[in-house]
Amino acid sequence: MSTLAVELEGITKRFPGVIANDKVDLRVADGEIHAICGENGAGKSTLMKILYGMQPADEGVMKVRGEEIVLSSPTQAIQLGIGMVHQHFMLADNLTVLENVILGAEPTTNGVIDFKKAHEDISKLASDYGLSVELDDLVETLEVGERQRVEIIKVLYRGAKILILDEPTAVLVPHEVEALFQNMRELKAQGHTIMFIDHKLAEVLEISDTITVIRRGKTVATVKPEDVTAKDLAELMVGSELPDPGTQLSTVTDTVVLDLAGITTVGPDGRDVVKNVSLTIHAGEIVGIAGVEGNGQGELVEAVLGISPIERGKVTFGGRDATDWTVRRSREAGMGYIPEDRQRRGLLLSAPLWENDMLGHQTQTPFVKRGFWIDPEASRLHAEEVIEKFDVRTPSAVVSAHALSGGNQQKLIVGSQMTADISLLLAAHPTAGIDVGAQAAVWEDLRAARADGLAVMLISADLDELIGLSDRLLVMFHGEIVAELDPAKVTPRELGSYMTGAATQGDH
Amino acid sequence: MTSTAIEAQGRFNLKKSRSVRFMLFGVAGVMLLAVTQTFAKTPTSDITSSGTWSIAVAWSIPILMAGLGGIFSERAGVVNIGLEGMMIVGTWAGAVGTILVDPWFGLVLAAAAGSIGGLIMAVATVSFQVDHIIAGVAINVLAVGTRYGSDLFFPKYGGSITQSPTLTAPATFDIPLLGPMFRAIEDKAWFLVSDVAGILGGFFIHTTWFTLALIALVPFSTWVLWRTAFGLRLRSAGEHPIAADSLGVSVYKYKYYGVVISGALAGVGGGFLSVVLTGIYKEGQTVGKGFIGIATMLFGNYHPVGTAGGALLFGFAETLRLRDPAAPHGLILGIAIVLGLALLYYLIKRNWKRVTVVGLVFALMAWTYATTTSVIPEIPKITPHIAVLVVLLFFSARLRPPAADGIPYRRGDH
Amino acid sequence: MLTRIKYTLAAPGIALLAAVLFSSVILLATGVSPIEAFLNMAEYGSRGVTLVAVVNRSIPFFLSGIAVAIGFKMNLFNIGVEGQYIFAAIVAAKVGSSVDLPAPLQITLILATAMTVGALWSGLAGVMKTSRGVHEVISTIMLNAIAVAGATAFLLRRWSVQGDGQSLETKLPEIAESGWFPVLFTVDNGRVGLSSFIFVAIAVGVVFHLFIGRTRWGYDLRATGISATSAESSGVNPKRTVILAMVLSGAVAGLIGMTELLTFEHNYNLRFIQGMGFTGIAVALLGRNNLVGIAVSAFVFAWLDVASGVLEVRGDAPRAVVGLMTGVVILAAVISYAVIERKRADEELRTASDAIKEVAT
Repeated sequence: MSTLAVELEGITKRFPGVIANDKVDLRVADGEIHAICGENGAGKSTLMKILYGMQPADEGVMKVRGEEIVLSSPTQAIQLGIGMVHQHFMLADNLTVLENVILGAEPTTNGVIDFKKAHEDISKLASDYGLSVELDDLVETLEVGERQRVEIIKVLYRGAKILILDEPTAVLVPHEVEALFQNMRELKAQGHTIMFIDHKLAEVLEISDTITVIRRGKTVATVKPEDVTAKDLAELMVGSELPDPGTQLSTVTDTVVLDLAGITTVGPDGRDVVKNVSLTIHAGEIVGIAGVEGNGQGELVEAVLGISPIERGKVTFGGRDATDWTVRRSREAGMGYIPEDRQRRGLLLSAPLWENDMLGHQTQTPFVKRGFWIDPEASRLHAEEVIEKFDVRTPSAVVSAHALSGGNQQKLIVGSQMTADISLLLAAHPTAGIDVGAQAAVWEDLRAARADGLAVMLISADLDELIGLSDRLLVMFHGEIVAELDPAKVTPRELGSYMTGAATQGDH
Repeated sequence: MTSTAIEAQGRFNLKKSRSVRFMLFGVAGVMLLAVTQTFAKTPTSDITSSGTWSIAVAWSIPILMAGLGGIFSERAGVVNIGLEGMMIVGTWAGAVGTILVDPWFGLVLAAAAGSIGGLIMAVATVSFQVDHIIAGVAINVLAVGTRYGSDLFFPKYGGSITQSPTLTAPATFDIPLLGPMFRAIEDKAWFLVSDVAGILGGFFIHTTWFTLALIALVPFSTWVLWRTAFGLRLRSAGEHPIAADSLGVSVYKYKYYGVVISGALAGVGGGFLSVVLTGIYKEGQTVGKGFIGIATMLFGNYHPVGTAGGALLFGFAETLRLRDPAAPHGLILGIAIVLGLALLYYLIKRNWKRVTVVGLVFALMAWTYATTTSVIPEIPKITPHIAVLVVLLFFSARLRPPAADGIPYRRGDH
Repeated sequence: MLTRIKYTLAAPGIALLAAVLFSSVILLATGVSPIEAFLNMAEYGSRGVTLVAVVNRSIPFFLSGIAVAIGFKMNLFNIGVEGQYIFAAIVAAKVGSSVDLPAPLQITLILATAMTVGALWSGLAGVMKTSRGVHEVISTIMLNAIAVAGATAFLLRRWSVQGDGQSLETKLPEIAESGWFPVLFTVDNGRVGLSSFIFVAIAVGVVFHLFIGRTRWGYDLRATGISATSAESSGVNPKRTVILAMVLSGAVAGLIGMTELLTFEHNYNLRFIQGMGFTGIAVALLGRNNLVGIAVSAFVFAWLDVASGVLEVRGDAPRAVVGLMTGVVILAAVISYAVIERKRADEELRTASDAIKEVAT
């Protein structure tokens, strides 16, 4: 009978209009690796934030090591030995690694920071756990794996015995995931308890001792990995099988919609970001581009669309030279865009939905007459059509965009693009961070449009999505296309190693 | 580590490359002045004298205070253009305090008054998430209300609705040993060496305790921001408030600190202006110094030392305007020389776009200098404003503001 | 619908209430009866003569508010309206006094000159922002000083002519009569008349409203103000839009001084009213950047400005208390707007989620 490190009983949390956690129960044994599993929007992050003191629970009891506690701030959680590594790293780019680690727990004498002591303490910690970092580097120079290590050191520095990791593998490629799991086993060996949120079933089954599944804010099951299969977990998570992005029939035609020849773009420091990229997309074809974030995919899309200038190379769209086109011209000519960051690039959050539907089409009918006079009535009707056809859950078309959930916002953007007269869709991470239902809907829409002759450039970090949807699969690394793979044959492991440059293909 | 990363660091032990750049600037500037002094067509005997520079140092203080204030506020993530208003309140409170008690009390009252302005701004921006710039504009408008206070207070003591009676002046003195030493070298009239002595001497002659104390705030601020827990937490509020919050740092609290401190500093700057510099409170005497302070903060890339350099520059420009009406004309020569050198540089680098722009301005400057003997009287009045624009045009591009600067922050929103 | 009205009126109502309360406290603290002061203002301010003067004053305030609002819609802070309108006025006055064309041409010329000067001066700040990243708040403030203390002062010196032997007043030559805007009607035996320039102001207001709300350029402008990045992805050229907004803002600013110039003074002189650019900021903030709000707001500030004249005459309180009130009004207004906006957003979130739950179940 091992003691419980953490016990949550009947935790309930309400937000305006939604119950994020509904009487959730959770029992984590001391010294175990406990996975919390559920789809996007199920309430896992909220639960962990409550445990970490970032938000108060409305109802319920929390016990740490058998003692009942009430948390009102992260400071208290930290004092109790709870540390959290967030999904989106909480690191200040302009501060050094050292400064980020000691922030809020600085070793001081009369308010003056003792840098020497901090250096010593952190270095020891890092070497004890096998986490290598450079303390005086500015965080902005660090890459993803290093940043995660800094986050882990941050919580260990504060004496965390119970670690919460929120979707730690979301930004890692397969071999980095293995490195992380190695660290986790090391931490467990040293007596720490680890709770981690993950919705990738294979990983969960591999590393955890116990799994708790949460669905729509409720605990649905607590199981041991040896007792379940991935399929069982999926059913527990969503009540049915996880949607499959796989496509069956080939709808690729011979018509070339987009041709990129030797595209090179230059970054702010004068160095090439996109290097000599050439590819072709036909009507009815989805070309997937895989790559770790920051290897030029985003920049490539922006260059094709016209947001950033092209230094060398030629873009041919629908047979015409589109290299120097402005964004407006590209969009009027039939280029659609699902941006990676919908809040920054795809929406006007404080504007009503119909004005968001108009975004990107504000020079076209039915939104404007004679190219400049807005027709609010027609625009609203159009938006209502999109809402209806693409199952956007909203009370009306005049509600502001920020009132919608992420999944519904994405559905609106997808719908807005699909209903326009486009021949090419540039889709960057189209299903990132949205719930399973919305994800399935978007995949369905993409498949349908593809069957209709749409050409799609798909950028994604979701390896299953890439492998499932693409007709052809390219890999971008350091700004270049380094591999062309057959999605029917490649495994996520292989794909991962091409993405990190561990493997190379022929003479690409 | 990239070179920009090195440049962006403000800590003591990595200031090397920043210091090198500053010293180059400084050396170039001094040479420019020495040359202008020697070769200018019109008699401008004062450009590098210690007398001029001690006044320049004094006049740089209000601007410096506003600049430092801006740093504390923006490093905490709050854009503060209300510094002008806080300075105005400081000029007024400084006069009132001096009349009631003495100059020391005047400056303390000025700081307090400025802090109240800062507090109001903090409440609006931090607690109510009002847009930072709008709140700053509101503070500036509110500050004009001091006229009401003037009307109630000053007439009783011999002043009027728009100005106070003359105030008791604080004592001035030369710093022993160093003051006379610089003076001596300066009197020798050796090219460049005497000029440098004159410039440096400005810090050591004819100064006041207030001046020295406020100058000391520059190293003090640097130390506070980069060497104390308070400073680290304040900076984190401006760089990544969500991260700070997740580590238990009270972001609201440190933003409040930043803005209130900025108000206190701007207020002290205003008090210094009315009490120490001019010896009188006059409505509107700040003439935009608060905004010029913001410009020096940008010039210094949000670092106290760079800001001090910028403040000194503006102080010097102000001094010339006041003391030496012929000086602006001589400065045209100096500027023309600098532009000529820049022109050569761009020609060598074959940057044709820059060559045309710089070439045109150079030709304009050279022609103006050659064909005129003085500038129209309106120009001196607006040189500080033109200078600010020039500074901003050159330095805005390489700014590295705190990452979360200007973004309203609400706990729990994210 | 009712909730919309509630939200629209709540904030300015709170703001004015706060201003009245605050100034009452200040007045009391200095031994003045606030009730008496306000009653005097109310009495004086409701006379026919005063009201006409108020409307006359509200015309430039209105235009100023519109000019600033154009910038605000795009998240640009054109503090330079002050310098723009003064600079525009003196140049327009010079042009208007140098030629004498038939009325329609003369008026067009004068107004076009004023708008062009304002547009160029404002556009300069816009260019500095787009090409070198200079923040428009500081650049416009600096340009204000350069325009007023520099350019306008210089031009006043150069262009002024001596009075006709009777006065040593510094002023420019008179504008040709064909360029004058007549008075519509007078009250109190012809002492005060309503300026016909009000028609121009109304026209500008309507154009502003339609342009911002119903054209695609207005949409581009507003989108850029909400999210410059999203707007860029939708095809908007951010740099060009910034300059467009600044230019339009400056063009409207140029008209601010025209009421005074073309109806009442007929020449540019030292009495030319300054400070109306800054009032415009207050007007736009209180009026929330929309046509009706700005119109009402302009009237309110004009009323305060004119009616407070009685305070000094009757010895109640210095006129400066109005300056203080203005500051408090702005502060209270922006805080209330921020709070109310937040409440409205939360409310919307709630109703949206509720509606979805109904559908789901």
